[in-house]
Amino acid sequence: MISQLYALVAPFLDYGFMRRALVACLALSIGSGPIGVLLLLRRMSLVGDAMSHAVLPGAAIGFLFSGLSLWGLTLGGFAAGLAVAGVAGLVARHTMLKEDASFAGFYLTSLALGVLLVSMRGSNLDLLHILFGTILAVDDQALLLVASIASLSTLVLAFIYRPLVLECLDPGFLRAVGGRGQLYHLVFLVLVVLNLVASFQALGTLMAVGLMMLPAATARFWTIQVWSMCLTASVTAFLSGFIGLLLSYRFGLPSGPAIVLTAAGFYVLSIIVGRHGSLTARLPRRRNYRG
Amino acid sequence: MSEAAITLDDLTLAYDRRPAVQHVSGVFPCGSLTAIVGPNGAGKSTLLKGIVGLIRPSRGRVTCASGRAQIAYLPQQAEIDRSFPIMVGDAVAAGAWRRIGVMRAIGPDIRGQVQDALSAVGLEGFARRPVGSLSAGQFQRVLFARLLLQDASIILLDEPFNAVDQRTTADLLRLVRHWHGEQRTIIAVLHDYEQVRAHFPTTLLLARRLLEWGPTANVMTPANLHRMRGMSEDWEEAGFCLPEAHR
Repeated sequence: MISQLYALVAPFLDYGFMRRALVACLALSIGSGPIGVLLLLRRMSLVGDAMSHAVLPGAAIGFLFSGLSLWGLTLGGFAAGLAVAGVAGLVARHTMLKEDASFAGFYLTSLALGVLLVSMRGSNLDLLHILFGTILAVDDQALLLVASIASLSTLVLAFIYRPLVLECLDPGFLRAVGGRGQLYHLVFLVLVVLNLVASFQALGTLMAVGLMMLPAATARFWTIQVWSMCLTASVTAFLSGFIGLLLSYRFGLPSGPAIVLTAAGFYVLSIIVGRHGSLTARLPRRRNYRG
Repeated sequence: MSEAAITLDDLTLAYDRRPAVQHVSGVFPCGSLTAIVGPNGAGKSTLLKGIVGLIRPSRGRVTCASGRAQIAYLPQQAEIDRSFPIMVGDAVAAGAWRRIGVMRAIGPDIRGQVQDALSAVGLEGFARRPVGSLSAGQFQRVLFARLLLQDASIILLDEPFNAVDQRTTADLLRLVRHWHGEQRTIIAVLHDYEQVRAHFPTTLLLARRLLEWGPTANVMTPANLHRMRGMSEDWEEAGFCLPEAHR
């Protein structure tokens, strides 16, 4: 028993890179969990996905200037993410295109552009690094960045939590009572981009939303309040990180996909046996109606 | 008659530069109880949104004697996500937004008001239930409880009894009459002509333009209603249909 428990923590005790990866997962979970929940409740799941890809060309430009340096990639990615969020919002407001369609258009463009830019100077390995991240190579500096973003994001979210939740529930009401919904929406979008840039360090642009949306969708099946949903999402995200890292260590799997697939496992499990609105939660009620 | 609560002066409201409400002028006196009646696409919801300030007038203006902070507005139920994970009590407490804002705590006084409001709409003991578990009628009661918390002198209701069962409608109508008794100004968009004739002393007949506005008995005449329907058929034949707010 003791030795089995020890096996669960041994890799983290033995190797610094595993510890750093785990701490990075913890920070990402705390930051991204609530953000994912609010994206989900605002019906913006795909927007988060699109924005994570939009980070790519910015990171690529950073890469062209400074190689795989932390600040180049981060600042470039942050700027590009913000720009795409802003432009897509403008296009949706001033043309007939709906917001999700305009986001889809922008993210395909940025994905292609990003891959092109990286390939101009880097090797395929660099491209893989940027697309899929390298959570096992997270250094202290990157860890500090991820942790700072998680802290900032949690603090800001605490400040704008009430109007943000109200705006999800009933945007017309908030505007009618003089709450500045648009302002909070903008702050929220900045937080989304910040968190995406953070998880980009660990999971790459293609899977940065993995620890954001999958745990949020999982939490929807277990909770009936926004705050408990955020908490559940963060815990699920961290568990996914922990189990995913262990699996990747034990079986020599790439760590990013192992983490995201573990999160996906939680999600599928919740779809089936979750407490609220899952497949099994709905079954007995239907029988009652018949009987 | 008493002084004006809301004054409309040549009010024109437009979506994408296409007018949905044109040249409406008139006065809602303090303490009046008015029904807005009109065919689909007549701009009824738009007019309410214009009064609350959700749509800026492209011409003319709305003057609210006591300021917009004194208006409580109930949007159509279709605009609200009923599966949202929130407790009934919290949803009702949102009515106190002007007092609590972004940061202030929801103290025992507001909690108490939430309890009172829930009993007033017949949902005693529902504070800790998730909104998602409510029926359409119960949900509408929650929104009325939120209106109670707003404690506004002017109340705008957009199709408040749509998709709501008869008992709820009767209960909520009683609440509306109670507000009327408290001298609040109430404006409601309604479809049920019988309801309008039975409970609303004043009626505003709208078909993008103002057709009639006055005592319900004088306004809701067969001739006027016929004229109103004729106008909506004209729009359909003209082939340009304006977006109704809830579409």
